[in-house]
Amino acid sequence: MLRLRPLSVLLSVLVSLALAGTALAADLTALVGNLTSGGLSERERAINALAASGEERAAPILEALAAGQLYVRISDKLAVIGKADGNKLALTEAISGKPAGSAVEADLERVRVNNRLRGTIEAAVGSLTLMSPNSSVRRSAADALFKRRDATALPALDQALAAEKDPRVRRAMSEARAAIVLTTADSPPAQKLAAITLLRDRGDRDSLGILNTAAAASDGEVKTAAAAAAGAIEQTLAAWQMAQNVWYGISLGSVLLLAAIGLAITFGTMGVINMAHGEMVMLGAYTTFVVQEVIRTSAPHLFDVSLAIALPLAFVVSGAIGILIERTIIRFLYGRPLDTLLATWGLSLVLQQAVRSIFGSSNREVGAPSWMSGAFQLGQLNITYGRLWIVVFALIVFASLILLLRKTPLGLYMRAVTQNRPMAAAVGIRTPRVDALTFGLGSGIAGLAGVALSQIDNVSPNLGQGYIIDSFMVVVFGGVGNLFGTLIAALTLGVVNKFLEPFAGAVLGKILVLVFIILFIQRRPRGLFALKGRSVE
Amino acid sequence: MITRFLWQGMTRTLRLFVLLVLAVGILVPLSNLLLPPDNPFRTPSWVLQLMGKYLCYASLALAVDLVWGFCGILTLGHAAFFALGGYCMGMYLMRQIGTRGVYGNPLLPDFMVFLNYKELPWFWHGFDSFWFAAPMIVLVPSVLALAIGWFAFRSRVTGVYLSIITQAMTFALLLAFFRNDMGLGGNNGLTDFKDILGYSVQSDTTRAVLCFVSALVLAIFLVISAAVVGSRFGKALTAVRDAESRMRFLGYRVERYKLFVFVLSAAMAGIAGALYVPQVGIINPSEFSPGNSIEAVLWVAVGGRGTLIGPVIGAFIVNFGKTWLTGALPEVWLFALGALFIVVTLLLPKGVVGLWNQLRNRSRERQARAVA
Repeated sequence: MLRLRPLSVLLSVLVSLALAGTALAADLTALVGNLTSGGLSERERAINALAASGEERAAPILEALAAGQLYVRISDKLAVIGKADGNKLALTEAISGKPAGSAVEADLERVRVNNRLRGTIEAAVGSLTLMSPNSSVRRSAADALFKRRDATALPALDQALAAEKDPRVRRAMSEARAAIVLTTADSPPAQKLAAITLLRDRGDRDSLGILNTAAAASDGEVKTAAAAAAGAIEQTLAAWQMAQNVWYGISLGSVLLLAAIGLAITFGTMGVINMAHGEMVMLGAYTTFVVQEVIRTSAPHLFDVSLAIALPLAFVVSGAIGILIERTIIRFLYGRPLDTLLATWGLSLVLQQAVRSIFGSSNREVGAPSWMSGAFQLGQLNITYGRLWIVVFALIVFASLILLLRKTPLGLYMRAVTQNRPMAAAVGIRTPRVDALTFGLGSGIAGLAGVALSQIDNVSPNLGQGYIIDSFMVVVFGGVGNLFGTLIAALTLGVVNKFLEPFAGAVLGKILVLVFIILFIQRRPRGLFALKGRSVE
Repeated sequence: MITRFLWQGMTRTLRLFVLLVLAVGILVPLSNLLLPPDNPFRTPSWVLQLMGKYLCYASLALAVDLVWGFCGILTLGHAAFFALGGYCMGMYLMRQIGTRGVYGNPLLPDFMVFLNYKELPWFWHGFDSFWFAAPMIVLVPSVLALAIGWFAFRSRVTGVYLSIITQAMTFALLLAFFRNDMGLGGNNGLTDFKDILGYSVQSDTTRAVLCFVSALVLAIFLVISAAVVGSRFGKALTAVRDAESRMRFLGYRVERYKLFVFVLSAAMAGIAGALYVPQVGIINPSEFSPGNSIEAVLWVAVGGRGTLIGPVIGAFIVNFGKTWLTGALPEVWLFALGALFIVVTLLLPKGVVGLWNQLRNRSRERQARAVA
C-alpha cells in the first residue's frame, strides 16, 4: 500500500495536468479566433486577452502576427503561420504548431496589424514570456526587459512579479522593474528611490549607466540618491577591476615562475649562467607538439590526456639533454661563470637551429584539451580555465621542487654540494654525479614549463628566446639561490606588470619593469632575499 | 710629442698591425676607385662595402675588449651603444633627405608624415647639422654608459649581475625603439638615406672615403687603447680585473677606473655605429637585440681577450665566416656560430692570438733546444 501511494499521487497529477491542457487549448482557439476576425480595436482586445491568458503557445502566434506571418486559410478558415519557402509559403497550424502543407499567397488572407498594434504585441509577448512556466525563460525575459527598459511592459511585469515564486527570477524581475521605473520620468519619487537601492545592490556596469542617466535627468532627492548609488557602484567596479588585474598579474607571474624556476636551480644554486635555459623550455613545448601529433594520428580518443602524457616525456627529454650538456660542456667551465654564459649561448643557437631544421621555422599548432578551454565567471571576474590550470600547475611544480630539495636524499646532496663542495666530496658525496643530476633537474623543470607554455604561446624555435631575459630578471630580483625569492619575485613582477599596463601600455610597462629591476639591483645587488653567511662567494 | 709618446707606448707587433690596418684602409678604396673595372687587382664595390662594415665591427670589438679583456666587465649591452651612435648618425642622414622623400615633406621625414606627426619631435632639433650630430654620436652613448656605470660600479654590482643589467638595458632599449611613439621610425628604423655632408651615400667615392675613415678610426682606437692599457692607469685596470677586492683594500677607487673605461668604450662603440650606418644604409631596432651584443663578445673571445690585436682579428674572422656561410649554406651558419662559442670557451680561452703565441713559443723552445 505504502508503495502504491506515490504512484497514485503521480497519476492524479498527470490526469489533472491533461485536463488543464485541454481546457487551455480550447481557450486558446477561441482567443485566436477573436484575433483573426473583427476590426483592429477587437484585435487589440484579443491580443491583451492572449497576454493575460499566460498561455505559452500564444507567444509564437503573437510574434508571427507582428512579423506579418499570421494568415487565415481561405478554404477552411484555419489560422496558420506562413514562412516563405521558395515561391510558396510553408504553413504550420497556429494553435497546435503542426505542419499544414503549403500554399500560395492568393489562397491565404493575411491578418493585418498597424504600428500601434505592433507596440501592443511586443508588450504582450514580453509579458507572456514573463508568465512562462519555465523559470529560465522568465528570467531571460526579465533580463531582456532590463536591457530594453520598455515602460509599456510595466503592468505585465507587476503582474508577473506578484505571481513569481523563484527568488532569483523575482530578483531579476524587480531589477528590470527598477530600471523601467528609473528611466520613466513620471514615476513617483518614492518608487524611484527604492529602484535606486535595488540597482545599487545589483552593482554592474549596466546599472551604473542607468543610475548615471537618472542622476542627470532628475533632481532633488532622487538625483542625490542616484549619484551616490552610482558612486558606490563605481567603487565596487574599481575594486573588481583591481581584483581582475591581480588575477592577470598572478597568471603572468605563474608563467614567469614556471619559466624561471628551472633557472633558479641551474643559475641560482649551481652558478651556471645557462643561456640555453629558454631552449630547454622550447624542447618541452616541442615534445608536447610531437605527443599530440602521435595522438592525433593513432589514438584520437587520448587527446584530452595528451598533456598528462607530455609532462613526464618533456621532463625526460629536457632533463636528458641537460645532463648531456653538463657532462660534455659545463663541467669544464665550473668557476668561470662568464664563460658558461658564452658557451651556453652558443648551445642555445645550436639547439634553435636544430629544432628549426627538424620542425621548420613556422609556428606549430598545439591544441588545448577540453578541460583547459572555456572560462567561468567569479563575481565580476572572468577566469579562463587554461590560465587557472597554469597557475595551479606552477604552484604544484614549485611545491614539489621544494619537497624534493628538503625531504629527499638527492635534495640533501644537492644542497650540500652547492653549500660546500670540498666538504661534501670529503664525506663521500659523488659531486660530479650530483652536478649532472642537478643540472638535469633544472633542465627537466624547464621542459615541464614548456608543456604549460605551449598552451599560451606560439610553439616556434624562438619560443625560449622570449623567456630567457625575463627568467634571469626574476631569479636576480628574487635573490640568487633562494627559491622562495624566485616565487615572490615572479608574482610581484607579474602583478606590477599588469598594473602598469593600463597606464603605460604593454611595451612601456615592460620597459618600466626592466628599468625598475636595473635600479633595484643597484640598491640590493644580491636580490630581494640575499643569502647571508658563508655560502656567499 | 704626443704622437711620439703614443707611438712608443706600443709594442712592435701592434705598430705593424696599426700600419697594416691603415694600409688596407688606403689601398682597398684606392684600388676600387683608380683601377679600371676589368683589372684583376681592382676591389669590387661590394667588397669595399663589406670591408667598411667589418672595420666598424672591429672597432666595436675593440671597445668590448677594453672593458671585458682589460677590466673584466663582461658587458652584454655594447651593441646598444653601437646602435645609439648609429641612430644619431641616422637622424642626421634623415634630415639630409629634405624634400626627396616619398611624401616630399620639407620638414618631416617620411615615417613621421606616415604616422601623422604635425611637427618635428624636440629631440630631432639640431640634427640637420653635422656639427651637432657629431658630438651627439659620442655624447649619447657616453652619457648612458655614465649613468649605468655610475650606479652599477658604485654599488659594486659585478660579474654576472652586471652582465644581466647591461643585457636588460639593451633589451629595454630594443622594446623602446620598436615603439612608433618613440619618434624614431618604429620597427622600420631610419633608412632611404641620400647624402652625407653633401655627397651621395650611394656613390663609390663616398663609400671609398667611408671605408678609409673606418680604417683610420680603428687605427686611432688601437693607438688610444694601447696608450690607456700601457699607462699606469692601465696597469691598475688590469689589476682590478684580476683582484678587485685587493685593489680596493690598497686604496684604489676601483669604481672610477671602471667607470672611465666603460664610458670610453661606449663612446668608441658609438663612433663605430655612426660609421656603420651610412655604409649599410639602414638603422633599425634589431641592432639593439641582446644577441648582437653577445656576438660582439664572441668576436673578442675568438680573437683573444686581453690583447689589442685579437678583437680586430676575431671580428674579421667571424664576420667573414658569417658572410660566406649565410650565402653558401644558410642552415649551417647558426650551427657554426654556436659551435664556435662552445669551442672557443672550452678549447681556446685565449683565442686565436693566444693560440698563435703558444705555437710560436713552442717552436722557439724547440729551436733553442736544437741550438743547445
